[in-house]
Amino acid sequence: MTAGFGRMLRKEDQRFVRGMGTYVDDVYLPGMLYGAVLRSPHPHARIASIDTVAAEAHPKVRAVITGETLAGRDLAWMPTLAGDRQAVLATDKVRFQGQEVAFVVAEDHYAARDALELIDVEYEPLPAVADARRALDADAPVVRDDLDLTGNHIFDWESGDAERTDQVFRDAEVTVSQDMLYPRVHPAPLETCGIVADFNKVSGKLTVWATTQAPHAHRTLYSLVVGLPEHKIRVISPDIGGGFGNKVPIYPGYLCAIVGSMITGRPVKWVEDRSENLMSTSFARDFHMRGEMAASRDGKIRAVRVTVLADHGAFNGAAQPTKYPAGFFGVFTGSYDLEAAHCQVTGVYTNKAPGGVAYSCSFRITEAVYLVERMVDMLAFELDLDPAELRMRNLLRPEQFPYTCQTGWTYDSGDYPRTLRLAMDMAGYEDLRKEQAAERARGHLVGIGVSFFTEAVGAGPRKHMDILGIGMADGVELRVHPTGTAVLSISVQTQGQGHETTFAQIVAEELGLSPDDVEVVHGDTDQTPFGLGTYGSRSTPVSGAATAIVARKVRERARIVAAAMLEVDPEDLEWGDGRWSVKGDPDSGRTIAEIAWAAHSNLELPDGIEGQLDATCVYNPPNLTYPFGAYICVVDVDPGTGKVDVRRFIAVDDCGVRINPMIVEGQVHGGLADGIGMALMESIVFDADGNCLGGSFMDYLLPTSLECPSWELGATVTPSPHHPIGAKGVGESATVGSPPAVVNAVIDALRPYGVRHADMPLTPAQVWRAIQGRPFRTDLAIS
Amino acid sequence: MTMRVAVTVNGTEYARDVEPRLLLIHFIRDELGLTGSHWGCDTSNCGSCVVWLDATPVKACTVLAAMADGRIVRTVEDLEQDGCLDPVQQGFIECHGLQCGFCTPAMMMTARWLLDRNPDPAEAEIREVLSGQVCRCTGYENIVRSVRWAAEHAADHRGEST
Amino acid sequence: MQVPSHVEYERATSVEHALALLGRPDHRVLAGGHSLIPMMKLRLAQPGVLVDINGLAELSYIKLDGAELRIGALARHADLLDSAVAGQHFPIFHDAERVVADPIVRLWGTIGGSLCQADPSEDLSAVFAAVRATAVIRGQDGDREVPVREFHLGPYETVIGPGELLAEIRVPVQPGTGSAYEKVARRVGDWSVAAAGAVLRLEKHKIKLAGIGLTAVAAEHFVAAEAEDYLRGKPATEQNFEQAAKIAAEHCHPVPDQRGPEDYKRHLVAELTTRALRRAAERATP
Repeated sequence: MTAGFGRMLRKEDQRFVRGMGTYVDDVYLPGMLYGAVLRSPHPHARIASIDTVAAEAHPKVRAVITGETLAGRDLAWMPTLAGDRQAVLATDKVRFQGQEVAFVVAEDHYAARDALELIDVEYEPLPAVADARRALDADAPVVRDDLDLTGNHIFDWESGDAERTDQVFRDAEVTVSQDMLYPRVHPAPLETCGIVADFNKVSGKLTVWATTQAPHAHRTLYSLVVGLPEHKIRVISPDIGGGFGNKVPIYPGYLCAIVGSMITGRPVKWVEDRSENLMSTSFARDFHMRGEMAASRDGKIRAVRVTVLADHGAFNGAAQPTKYPAGFFGVFTGSYDLEAAHCQVTGVYTNKAPGGVAYSCSFRITEAVYLVERMVDMLAFELDLDPAELRMRNLLRPEQFPYTCQTGWTYDSGDYPRTLRLAMDMAGYEDLRKEQAAERARGHLVGIGVSFFTEAVGAGPRKHMDILGIGMADGVELRVHPTGTAVLSISVQTQGQGHETTFAQIVAEELGLSPDDVEVVHGDTDQTPFGLGTYGSRSTPVSGAATAIVARKVRERARIVAAAMLEVDPEDLEWGDGRWSVKGDPDSGRTIAEIAWAAHSNLELPDGIEGQLDATCVYNPPNLTYPFGAYICVVDVDPGTGKVDVRRFIAVDDCGVRINPMIVEGQVHGGLADGIGMALMESIVFDADGNCLGGSFMDYLLPTSLECPSWELGATVTPSPHHPIGAKGVGESATVGSPPAVVNAVIDALRPYGVRHADMPLTPAQVWRAIQGRPFRTDLAIS
Repeated sequence: MTMRVAVTVNGTEYARDVEPRLLLIHFIRDELGLTGSHWGCDTSNCGSCVVWLDATPVKACTVLAAMADGRIVRTVEDLEQDGCLDPVQQGFIECHGLQCGFCTPAMMMTARWLLDRNPDPAEAEIREVLSGQVCRCTGYENIVRSVRWAAEHAADHRGEST
Repeated sequence: MQVPSHVEYERATSVEHALALLGRPDHRVLAGGHSLIPMMKLRLAQPGVLVDINGLAELSYIKLDGAELRIGALARHADLLDSAVAGQHFPIFHDAERVVADPIVRLWGTIGGSLCQADPSEDLSAVFAAVRATAVIRGQDGDREVPVREFHLGPYETVIGPGELLAEIRVPVQPGTGSAYEKVARRVGDWSVAAAGAVLRLEKHKIKLAGIGLTAVAAEHFVAAEAEDYLRGKPATEQNFEQAAKIAAEHCHPVPDQRGPEDYKRHLVAELTTRALRRAAERATP
């Protein structure tokens, strides 16, 4: 029986159910002012002039900041996480609709909003490039003339062996190919992004409460960008109302609020509207892909080849490790044993908001898994094989692990066929296929979609993975107080994942304490060690590992102290049941609490051990971890209207050892809902002129309780061999694995009409059009 | 220009001078400091602002404080009574009905209203009543279970708060 | 969150008081506010003075009065959804209200407010057109009646003038009537991609009178008049329903947008009209 792991109710719930969470908009400081951002209505335009006189004259306005103001502080531009630069406030041109142009600071939020209308900007509109597929045309408008570019090309990146892959395709018996779009979508956490910036002129200290998934990284960046010494900056991430990658970047509004506080000498709060969130903060995906799969006629998948056009918007703000301009898209090889694979990704600028890596994508793995799982279904269609059967024939076998795929990723562990079989059994797969056949005979459309995914999370080994040069290793500190309760300070940042509970459970598991006796401190850079934060499902793989290790360090120190207490050699002690005991004498056992008191006492300690049971650790992961899963989605489609009803969703996840199954299941539930959203209704669309049509929740539709079925979850456990507690992380798995399951199900339902593919979102209109044989492009406005 | 608005919130009457355009959610949060109710959109879609106005759930971002003048408002802060959590609150804890907690106060206020009218709602009815409120974290399953827990444990009266 | 620009506020203490206030320039009715306040937050509407009529309980009722169902303009969507008498005579009301907005919004939005907002995608406009309702408009000089089929002048424009208030909607009740509403939306709570409401009065399986209302496809006055004319006197058969639906689809003007392209919307009109007629016929013959 383990002390720590297992189903445990969450400690943090006590404040949330009382409405006593502290989100950024709940922070009120004496004298606080409010900021508002003026944004460009044009997707692409020169700024001829900005007249702020009337706004400055508004009785409640205390400051108006423009690009010119910032340029005077060398702050009109800021570096992005991808090594590009982004305008904080536009100076020469605006490059996407919604781009920040000016910032007003006023006594209250309503007055700030009013004052925006008093700023007069003269624009000279320019033609915009909104269609990524035209961005590299010779006559395409150039977005980044500020970098002296003459075109919109950002980067080319490839992975795998092109020659060998081409060879396999040349001799393969069967090849299938398909263009497919992973549309531009948005994480849309329920709490929008915001900040309260408080610069104290006297002490020179900047304190910031902000919606950030990576408070230390933000602190370092603020230091570099604003020019304040880093030890004078404190970033506090209070409670965060959902992140999903949206709260990783630094946004112009944050810097404007900081400057506003410096100028006025008062705290400045800026919290964005929902339209600002959807139109200007980090979008996700927007990958135009051409997938190809080569196979033998008897259903052996041999190779995958992909070319991708990646729409990065007006600034390259994609947040991924430096050496991976296309993130971890390289795992498009999927869960199968391939002879060859190759991908080529081209990134382009367009007149749209920056971003790309967000919405639980695991650094582009959502795109990779969608590509390969759709291709597998297309192959199944071509070969007239059952899609689950085709997968079962091709899944990696347990004896093949650790498995290095054709693009160089070493998957750590897995028993894939077992997981797929469990999902099929839970679904009653064979019966579903029988039902489908019977329903088809009656003209009813039932679809069954399968998706098997392998994820790569827990970035990452610092030799290979850094963000803007900062290695992705994370630190922890554990202190056990004299009276035997503990404080764990971590560098990662929960936005709902339950760290205050799960990390306490890890310490409890290692030290035999109650999780209630372990306080988890996070989110305040003054109180926690450095780390790169929470995204890419990295908290458990990285900080979870660090926590286990630091707890083991404490346990080892405790061994030495216990030995001193018991006047034996440390080698004579064994750990069990939350105690260090003399081997063979359980009654001699000492708990960590007892040892902690002793460690602080006047007990004579051996050389090399200073008092107290404290330890620190910086964990540099040796590899990523590879959670995986098998999902099955069942849909009913009304052919007369195109409406899709998700009847069932079966999800079997393997994320290694589960610290708290209740929390793991919650993470999966949330990600599955994302899949329904993206597959059926979510997209940010632009018209030909670059106007953004997805700027509110009336247009950017999120799934509700009525679109989501009652999720059916299963689990297999294949521990990660290199992780101290065998855990792999799970935060993004369901968001990765579910969209292809839903899309595969809908396309499967439409099989009687010969439909091979239609792009997400599969709205009723798109489904009906697919039935007619005329699905449409979903990234451009319907006309 | 301002007007005097007097609203009884969680049993206490508050009178404030406010601009007529002030939205009820801002009155509750910024004027009264009751930050348990949240806001998350511009177009009355997300539902994270639900409170009770005259015992009826309302999206507080879509009514003016002036409309609440002389009326009664109830917010999440009123669910706990005499140190005891409402069964709805306890249900959300027991069934992991929340993750980031942002939509939670609104979900609980609507759940409390539903259970007051129908103490034994089926899952379908729970999903229907909550369909105007978005959650990005939970996928709704555990929210539904939390409300069912509250329905089944109403007789326990109230959970102990810790 | 986006917030309204400056506005003044008055609370009406009686219908007469409301009418007097509404006679002044730039004064606008504030009922449930769930159409108006969102528009004010986006600053698409910037009225000078809001006249809050929520306290006028005398305008909130749903009752059968002889051969008429009378609905007070201040009745909430939830009231109509919950009204047994309304649902008994006109299941179309329940079909429609079930898919208007969301459960919380339905507690506050009013029937009158929705009709007066005159959004081309408003479900109730098509529904009241289908049932051939009459709008009772109250002014300081008394009431005037306008058929709902003449109530809307265009998008966001009605016949209500300054100093007037929509007070009531009256729906004629006749035996042998069945009704239904069929709507497709991209997601629950979204505006219709297209929707069709059908009302059939049958006598011995022949159609005495048909009412067909269409939502979100720019049908004139929300009505499929040609389709209604086709059905009059004809047997209530599947074949006739499909033909009428085809005619309805030909005589509307759907505009392509993110809800769908034109061909799909037109198809939906035909599909949903057929389904609504079919169900209306079933309900007309218990």
